[in-house]
Amino acid sequence: MGETKWYWAILDGWTMSVRSLKHIFREAESLVMAIGLPVAIMIMFVYVFGGAIQTGTDYVNYVVPGVIITCVGFGSSIIALSVTQDMVSGLFERFRTMPLLPSSLMVGHVIGGFVRNVIATTVAILVAFLIGFQPDAGWLEWLGAAGVLTLFMLSISWVFVVFGLLVKSVEAANAITFPMLFLPYLSSAFVPTETMPSWLHAFAENQPMTPLIETLRGLLLGTPIGHNHWLMIAWFGGLLIVSMITATLLFKRRKSE
Amino acid sequence: MPESVISVKNIKKNYGKKTVLNGIQFEVPKGSIFALLGENGAGKTTMVRILSTLIQADGGVATIGGYDTSRESASVKKLISLTGQYAAVDGLLTGEENLLMMGRLNHLDRQTVKKRTAELLEQFDLKDAAKKRAQSYSGGMRRRLDIAISLIADPKVIFLDEPTTGLDPRSRKNMWRMIQRLAENGVTIFLTTQYLEEADQLADKIAVISGGKIVEEGTAEELKRMVGEEKIEFTFADLPSCQKARDLFGGQMDVNERSVIMTTEGTPENMRRLLNALHEHGIEPVSFIFRKPTLDDVFMEITSDDKKGAVVSG
Repeated sequence: MGETKWYWAILDGWTMSVRSLKHIFREAESLVMAIGLPVAIMIMFVYVFGGAIQTGTDYVNYVVPGVIITCVGFGSSIIALSVTQDMVSGLFERFRTMPLLPSSLMVGHVIGGFVRNVIATTVAILVAFLIGFQPDAGWLEWLGAAGVLTLFMLSISWVFVVFGLLVKSVEAANAITFPMLFLPYLSSAFVPTETMPSWLHAFAENQPMTPLIETLRGLLLGTPIGHNHWLMIAWFGGLLIVSMITATLLFKRRKSE
Repeated sequence: MPESVISVKNIKKNYGKKTVLNGIQFEVPKGSIFALLGENGAGKTTMVRILSTLIQADGGVATIGGYDTSRESASVKKLISLTGQYAAVDGLLTGEENLLMMGRLNHLDRQTVKKRTAELLEQFDLKDAAKKRAQSYSGGMRRRLDIAISLIADPKVIFLDEPTTGLDPRSRKNMWRMIQRLAENGVTIFLTTQYLEEADQLADKIAVISGGKIVEEGTAEELKRMVGEEKIEFTFADLPSCQKARDLFGGQMDVNERSVIMTTEGTPENMRRLLNALHEHGIEPVSFIFRKPTLDDVFMEITSDDKKGAVVSG
């Protein structure tokens, strides 16, 4: 019996993923935003602010990992909107009256978000190369960077699934994702944290985005990683597990309401 | 007596301090259409949500096909389908894709999914729109697709929560015909509505819900007999005239509208008699209208038995 259940869970996850993949290309605005915004941010930082920011290296090299993180964060935040959309449209309601494993339904959103993210991130990296990004990484480092980004994407996606389940309207989903999108700016993504006032510096040094960006920077540019990769894995691995469990509980919770 | 598919005994539900359902009880025979009739906020949707396993009751027992909706919800889910108040279709997918997706999620095999999808598109007159995205559909088409989706796995019991709210008259008539056809195929249908006419057209049995209780239950004929066929409503300039007319004719008095509502035969002779009677007593109505009985009349009639004094003294 247990086997059959897993079989269906995987199949349902697949069905829902196919649906989300169709959404990616039919919801052109989301895709254009997911690709366009990070590119715009990159160009703005490199050409507008870049000249005034001293990082000790070429600013384009310093900023690209930060832009990628912002790009992934934004791409994932769309998940919160689509989850809320499914909730207010009554689709989840219908699913809850069907004999289905709830997590398989949300897997679709996560996978869809993942693919959109991969597309957007690839475009962002290509643009980075065009404007002078010169990484110092072999294929092993690139693979490592891909792994780091995958962990980040998955965990942040599940966090956004939780957000999407928590709110009651699409507008609220939009608003609740905003603080998360702001986090990279309060880290070492765009400027070295030493330049910040001491209270902000303390926050920036200890929030999860900084070890993530330092790990990515280390892999792509060869800067020292230290123990940032362990910190990063602990933060986002933990976040992934907690948010997956929370999402499943939230989905079931409404029973007693 | 045919066997019951849905059996509801003493169901209670509170939201905080507010009692939404207060001891609901009814039986729905297999293959019949059952209508739960009530105003907005009467507890219709709450009842549907309990029966479709979405929420749990605070007391009482509800079973579907013999399975308890709270303790054996997995078995109940295999028998039912729910069509909520808002068409739960994916607007970015085509009508056909919506059906295929839901077929797969219902764990039907590939051939069955394809076959059922084609059948349902045909049956619900969506064949031409099958390859168009659902977001381009009209309200009536969306509802049709919604109901088609809920039929994909051949449920034994279908819940329709206000299936025609927001539809134009023509789509409403089409929807009625569709629901009737479903019942002819042996499916048990539980629908909620706020329209007496709808319950009248469709239901084998109607239960009127008000204030969290079933206040009356019976066939459409039985309910209509209670409220009479035609209604006449006199409106007066002031309350004393209204009161006098009520003393004269009986019937229901609406203090806010300064009107008296009563059953009439609707013949010219009857009309002349009523107007003459008013004139002789020196009461002149401002206006009067003839109309069909409405849900309000049913409520007025049902609640008037125990609240007559209160209604008249206003």
